[in-house]
Amino acid sequence: MSQLIEDIEIIDLRNLIHVIQSQYNYDFSNYAISSFKRRVIRVIEIYKLGSVKRLIERVQSEPKFFKDFLSEITVNVTEMFRDPTLWRELRDKLLPEIYSKLKEVKIWHAGCSSGEEVFSMAILLKELGLTKRTHIVATDIDHNIISKAKEGKISLKNMLDINDKNYTRFMPSNSLSNYYKVDNNYAFLDKTLVENTVFKEHDLVKSEVFTKFDLILCRNVMIYFSQSLQNDVLNKFHQSLFIGGHLIVGSKESISWCDANVKFGIVNSEEKIYRKIKD
Amino acid sequence: MLKSLNSPSVEENTKYKAIVIGGSAGSFQVMVKILSEISNTMDLPIILCLHRLKHIRNGFVEALQIKSRKKIIEPEDKESLKKGNVYLAPSNYHLSLELGNKFALSTEDMVNNSRPSIDLTIQSSSYVFKDKIIGIMLSGANKDGALGMSILKKRGGFCIVQDPLESTINTMPNAAIEQANPDRILNTDGIIKLLNSLKLS
Ligand SMILES: C[S@@+](CC[C@H](N)C(=O)[O-])C[C@H]1O[C@@H](n2cnc3c(N)ncnc32)[C@H](O)[C@@H]1O
Repeated sequence: MSQLIEDIEIIDLRNLIHVIQSQYNYDFSNYAISSFKRRVIRVIEIYKLGSVKRLIERVQSEPKFFKDFLSEITVNVTEMFRDPTLWRELRDKLLPEIYSKLKEVKIWHAGCSSGEEVFSMAILLKELGLTKRTHIVATDIDHNIISKAKEGKISLKNMLDINDKNYTRFMPSNSLSNYYKVDNNYAFLDKTLVENTVFKEHDLVKSEVFTKFDLILCRNVMIYFSQSLQNDVLNKFHQSLFIGGHLIVGSKESISWCDANVKFGIVNSEEKIYRKIKD
Repeated sequence: MLKSLNSPSVEENTKYKAIVIGGSAGSFQVMVKILSEISNTMDLPIILCLHRLKHIRNGFVEALQIKSRKKIIEPEDKESLKKGNVYLAPSNYHLSLELGNKFALSTEDMVNNSRPSIDLTIQSSSYVFKDKIIGIMLSGANKDGALGMSILKKRGGFCIVQDPLESTINTMPNAAIEQANPDRILNTDGIIKLLNSLKLS
């Protein structure tokens, strides 16, 4: 955290948001202010800009800079098999139940970041022998992170310190290293895992609903939104689910205050699994 | 000194609306003691940021709850802060308070090698409560929290640091003392006594 946090006023942030909106058509006006402010400060420090004013100037005059800005302003921190208990619940209960009712299953990872969650799901499906019956779409607002997700290239440190450990908690008898090769301080995940996954850019704020799914995972994305934006996005998820379809949000997220909440039933309150029960 | 002549002492002052506490290694037992001995009439909400193991999602609240007289909650994103409760930053998330007294969680990069980061919880809470908050820094092995405490102090909040002589690990209290110039340096009993003698509005 930096001392700069004291100097930046809400009005500065509003100006920045306004410029981004009018010039690039991204709307950050309903993002959670505490994290947004910290992200802005981070960008100012990374690029040694000194002030929001200077940041606004660069955003205005350099579209290429804006792309990098977009990557930096969004929080991409993610993990494979984050919350191992959820992945066990998926393996032992939810997926068997879903696949017992449907021949083919459509899954959407909304806000997939660098793909860790997508690869986790692909590994799980492979272990269950369900890959061929599944269509996966993975989306994110940030073009750069989507390209990264497709590569399946993860720093070895993260792989060993975080992902391997999560996986072992999920599946003590197996090792995640069966799914990647190590080269030059990077772990390269087996790309055939995501052969049939469609990665694409999609902004949950402004983009339209595009198709219907049986399962949507949107974890640790809506925490960056205000409650009113969470409400709008939940409506979109509701429209994007078949009746009986499932939504999974992050372990500390709640949909209870959203209007569409009444159209969902709770399947697992601890792991935040919901089922669409009404149109 | 002049200031204390004109304004009421912390115990007499009825302006306080919240308490924020940070701690790391060596702070757990201190926190258990504080929570078991502060009276229920002291109903200011308490926001707690303690460094904790990342992969152990459950058990920590339960362990703190056993002897606590107050309800301990790991808030969900956008949950409201309410009087009388204790709010604990969940593992692997940063906890901020936002205007409107709602919590916001985040998975941003670690700050001072920590997530949750104490700096971030204290800074955001003090942004919301300005001079109406009491900050307390307990035992710990790094410097997380010191910058947050100095910001809280600058905004007029009341700053308490656990006595480094009593702290199991004094790096964190010492850093806070150096950076924040606290109003009081107290041992655990002193902290409890002060909290229990607060006049509430
Ligand atoms: C913290 S990551 C979550 C990754 C993963 N789901 C997990 O839980 O580990 C949040 C992601 O949400 C994306 N995001 C933020 N705003 C978005 C928006 N309006 N539309 C789509 N994705 C967005 C960010 O780019 C980032 O990659």
